[in-house]
Amino acid sequence: MMAQASPLIDWQWIWRNMGEILDRTWQHLSLTAVSVALGLVISLGLTAVVLRWRRTYTPITWVTGLLYTIPSLALFALLVPIVGLNATNAVIALTSYTLLIIIRNMVAGINGVPEPVLEAADGMGYTRRARFWRMEIPLALPVIIAGLRIATVTTVGLVTVTAVLGLGGYGYFILRGLNTFFWTQILVGVTLSVVLATILDLAFIWLQSALSPWARSPK
Amino acid sequence: MTVWESMREFLSEPSTWSGPDSIWVRLGEHIAVSVAAVVIAGILVLPLAVWLGHIRKGSAIATAVVNIGRAVPSFGVLAIAFLIFVQIGAGIGEPWPVLVALIALAAPPMFTNTIAGIQTVEPTTLESARGMGLTEREVLTGVELPLSMPLIMEGVRIAFVQVIATATLGALVAWGGLGRFIVDGFAQQDVGELIVGAILVGMLAIAAELGLSATQRATTPRGLRVGR
Repeated sequence: MMAQASPLIDWQWIWRNMGEILDRTWQHLSLTAVSVALGLVISLGLTAVVLRWRRTYTPITWVTGLLYTIPSLALFALLVPIVGLNATNAVIALTSYTLLIIIRNMVAGINGVPEPVLEAADGMGYTRRARFWRMEIPLALPVIIAGLRIATVTTVGLVTVTAVLGLGGYGYFILRGLNTFFWTQILVGVTLSVVLATILDLAFIWLQSALSPWARSPK
Repeated sequence: MTVWESMREFLSEPSTWSGPDSIWVRLGEHIAVSVAAVVIAGILVLPLAVWLGHIRKGSAIATAVVNIGRAVPSFGVLAIAFLIFVQIGAGIGEPWPVLVALIALAAPPMFTNTIAGIQTVEPTTLESARGMGLTEREVLTGVELPLSMPLIMEGVRIAFVQVIATATLGALVAWGGLGRFIVDGFAQQDVGELIVGAILVGMLAIAAELGLSATQRATTPRGLRVGR
């Protein structure tokens, strides 16, 4: 196999393939969004379990930590006989990687709410449920969103590996570029993946400041 | 053919156990490149990180390094390293691009955890150490490094586990390692090879994680250990 020298960036190729780039952007974004959203829902449930029964924290972080440790390529492969080569496979694996990060931050955030605040809420006559939704969750929000940011940025990177399942989002360009020794495709794939991760990260920062106005630094 | 039958068939082939593509060769490659990457990355970044931690600078750089490191996909780093090596004339299938990519991925967690670890040492502790007449060097080696060892070792653990995981992707850039079985399994639609490869990779990653967690506990100074 001979390596062909190709120009670093072939702008014409980018123009010609704009449609494909947009399709892959949508694929990358939807795989990320579905996985993080599912991860958030499952983590909310598991965090509720941890807050109710404290002793479940160690086994839950142990199991989600185990999932987190399994390399993505191996997890996609292990799911093939169970669900096949498809988006379901990708979403199950990607979701499982978000759990440890989101749960750890949710529990840390809620545990970090100062005791006097809780006492004040009790004194004001809040029920346990109202106190949870109107005091603990809003005050824990910065830490919870920090977890969602890490989970999202990590997921954007991992989506590229789903190229082996015939998906990949921008990872499709990286895999194609590797097979054809075409620089432009690889650089487009990597750059757009970094850009998408950065945009989503900034979106979460904006969301956090919109949802917790009291935490904004006074100007 | 069921998954079990297909796995049994792959495991009963002689080439699975001996020769240049055997499990042993692939496992050896995988571990050798991963260990080399973490050791080289450590030699490159730990002295700088220790010094920055000691003079209490660089926490902003450390945060930036980790954030950027997280946004760049490991698969992309491997692909770029591969193409650079191909352009400068390296042979296809050589381990060098994988090694360089893994060094780049191992460096950020070690760098950041070391700086953070040294800076978490309480200023009052350092004041008493200096008050007792310790030199700057003794403060560093006798107080700051032992107290920050758990966090430094955590950085090494995170880096090593990530490197083991990413070395799996080396098979996508024509290298070997245990990922070879998974990538070949996908390409040839050989479920047996695919699953055996995935189990081996998963076991290696979990072994690395558990092994280094134990090291992390062992290097924690007795005074810092939390009874658990």
